[in-house]
Amino acid sequence: MSASQEQIDNLIQKEYKPGFVTDLEADTLPPGLNEDVIRAISARKNEPPFMLAWRLKAYQQWLTMREPDWAYLDYQAIDYNSISYYSAPKVKEAPKSLNEVDPKLIETYKKLGIPLHEQERLAGVAVDAVFDSVSVATTFKDKLKEAGVIFCSFSEAVHTHPELIQQYLGSVVPPSDNFFAALNAAVFSDGSFVFIPKGVRCPMELSTYFRINAANTGQFERTLIIAEENTHVSYLEGCTAPMRDENQLHAAVVELIALDHAEIKYSTVQNWYPGDEEGRGGIYNFVTKRGDCRGHHAKISWTQVETGSAITWKYPSCILRGDHSIGEFYSVAVSNHRQQADTGTKMIHVGKNTKSTIISKGISAGRAENTYRGQVKILPGAINARNYTQCDSLLIGPKCGAHTFPYIEVKEPTARLEHEATTAKISEDQLFFCQQRGLSAEDAVSMIVNGFCKQVFKELPMEFAVEAQALLGISLEGSVG
Amino acid sequence: MLSIQNLEAKADEQAILKGISLDIKPGEVHAIMGPNGSGKSTLSNSLAGREGYQVTHGSVTYEGKDLLAMKPEERAREGIFLAFQYPVEIPGVSNIYLLKAALNAIRKHHGQTEVDAMDFLQLVKAKIKSLSLDEQFLYRGVNEGFSGGEKKRNEILQMAILEPRLCILDETDSGLDIDALKIVADGVNALRSPTRSFIMVTHYQRLLDYIKPDVVHVLAQGRIVKSGGPELALELEARGYGWIDPSLNH
Ligand SMILES: Nc1ncnc2c1ncn2[C@@H]1O[C@H](COP(=O)(O)OP(=O)(O)OP(=O)(O)O)[C@@H](O)[C@H]1O
Ligand SMILES: [Mg+2]
Repeated sequence: MSASQEQIDNLIQKEYKPGFVTDLEADTLPPGLNEDVIRAISARKNEPPFMLAWRLKAYQQWLTMREPDWAYLDYQAIDYNSISYYSAPKVKEAPKSLNEVDPKLIETYKKLGIPLHEQERLAGVAVDAVFDSVSVATTFKDKLKEAGVIFCSFSEAVHTHPELIQQYLGSVVPPSDNFFAALNAAVFSDGSFVFIPKGVRCPMELSTYFRINAANTGQFERTLIIAEENTHVSYLEGCTAPMRDENQLHAAVVELIALDHAEIKYSTVQNWYPGDEEGRGGIYNFVTKRGDCRGHHAKISWTQVETGSAITWKYPSCILRGDHSIGEFYSVAVSNHRQQADTGTKMIHVGKNTKSTIISKGISAGRAENTYRGQVKILPGAINARNYTQCDSLLIGPKCGAHTFPYIEVKEPTARLEHEATTAKISEDQLFFCQQRGLSAEDAVSMIVNGFCKQVFKELPMEFAVEAQALLGISLEGSVG
Repeated sequence: MLSIQNLEAKADEQAILKGISLDIKPGEVHAIMGPNGSGKSTLSNSLAGREGYQVTHGSVTYEGKDLLAMKPEERAREGIFLAFQYPVEIPGVSNIYLLKAALNAIRKHHGQTEVDAMDFLQLVKAKIKSLSLDEQFLYRGVNEGFSGGEKKRNEILQMAILEPRLCILDETDSGLDIDALKIVADGVNALRSPTRSFIMVTHYQRLLDYIKPDVVHVLAQGRIVKSGGPELALELEARGYGWIDPSLNH
């Protein structure tokens, strides 16, 4: 191995920063899953009977389902009875303002650089912080209220807007959709709820930071975003988790609904603990994210930067039901050491003149495996449907892998599809060239990786673009063109 | 400026340079000629500190410092510039971004502040014009899809912006058409100064008509077998390498 290979190795062996545990008293259910556990979760959240019935039905379905094994992933079987399904920080009463929030919690966010108090950085962004399973702080509520936007924790929405929950919950991702979706439906603890009423342009970016804290707690978030006719909303989701030895399961569900002329932009930066160099520990991330362009001229855009987790199983998708609706998927997935990522998207074209764009950038380093798995399905009657897919892979070092599995199913003769795929390697020639121009190898790798991801980064809202660059150790400054 | 003493180097366990000594004073232009495979690029790469080229013997002193002890990027920041025989492509990284990052890395090394964005743009636009390259090349990926001649001119652009003190040009003239050769030579001549030195690796006397060298060396089988004035290049052009050492007859 030449020295520059060693340099590359050093660069990708940086330690995970957010590795600390906040010492809080937690109200945690004993490990195991059965109907009593589900009843206990529902009772603790004081849920109306329709929710408990929905959960129990999902649980019955889950019992008949099998964990999927088709992904390019290799991990130890998960023992679902060794997981605790509910953990909430103990607080005497629900906090009404930031001042009432446990200072230790705020401290935790500070260490992560999450700007609950640093309002300069996130000026204009409402933060609904989910700590383990319970929402602890919500800001900017008043401004949103004025606009008629509802942005609150899922458990709150169940009480304040049960009719919306009943109408939309599970209408995009039904519990029967897949094993992890069913599990989530049965045991989900909290999440975010967004409702944008007809004709409203949400006055600020909505943002949620998730964080897994208590040991052995699976986290099951559920997010529901409804954008009525002629609306626009941009939602940011950020996730970090402290370091753990045991694998932690995360199975979230996100449902988006866009009616006529509604636009939803959903952005994620995910840097959960990926495990150590030998692949010990790390988060197992099995997520179902799907958007439904239910109205005509609706648009749903997913942008994700995935740098964390030991296992990633995630396919944010769009159902393009309304005529002229648009689906977009922009993704950067980075995996190093022994991380495994199997991620991509599904674009289901149902309506006429529907259009989808898929831009996927996979980066693997160390001994990691990075898989793009994408499906484009054009149903009969989706006249003039169009899809453009571009999948690029970048390999850093000789021991990692990149795989691309595009599935294309076209049942409509007027459809037009384009697919491009490339695989590149950061070569020693490129590194030496940069060094000969005065750049350190580290800066050179950053610069090359950054250039590779540019197409996706420019889709991120500003605040997130900054975080994404920081995550990749990159400075975008001056990178025009 | 640069003093090479008995330099021996190997690549891939194979001895390539077998004792090279060379002294370059500030402001001098040294041409290095020699048959294919004689070690010219190996010498250039060894001076720039490329991985895989292992110096096994000898020393190199650059401006009073031990050059061989420095990392490649330190050598670059200290003013050594290598214009590559085969410039590499870096898709996605814009040319102007690389130029700015490189210039700032060098400035930082010398305790200077980052370059002002407006000043930089003006500087780059002036230089690129003098090399007859369109401004759009600034915003394309580094060398991405550039023609052979455009890549070579791009190397000279970088050299003009970074203002190194020792410029090593490895066959920058190869693959250039007659007009481009003139443009590149003008670019190099514009950079000549009493404090800046050049090592020019070339196969062709033609280049030396435009850039007049002080000394011409012939490298063969890892050794400098002959040195002389500009007239040596003319003689090589007329007679080939065989008359210096009959073993060099192909
Ligand atoms: N990295 C390497 N590994 C193995 N052999 C090498 C390496 N680099 C150079 N060589 C060998 O060393 C010898 C000298 O190569 P070098 O590139 O220095 O020649 P050159 O004088 O620049 O030739 P040209 O005029 O063709 O550019 C050649 O035989 C070449 O194959
Ligand atoms: Mg050569």
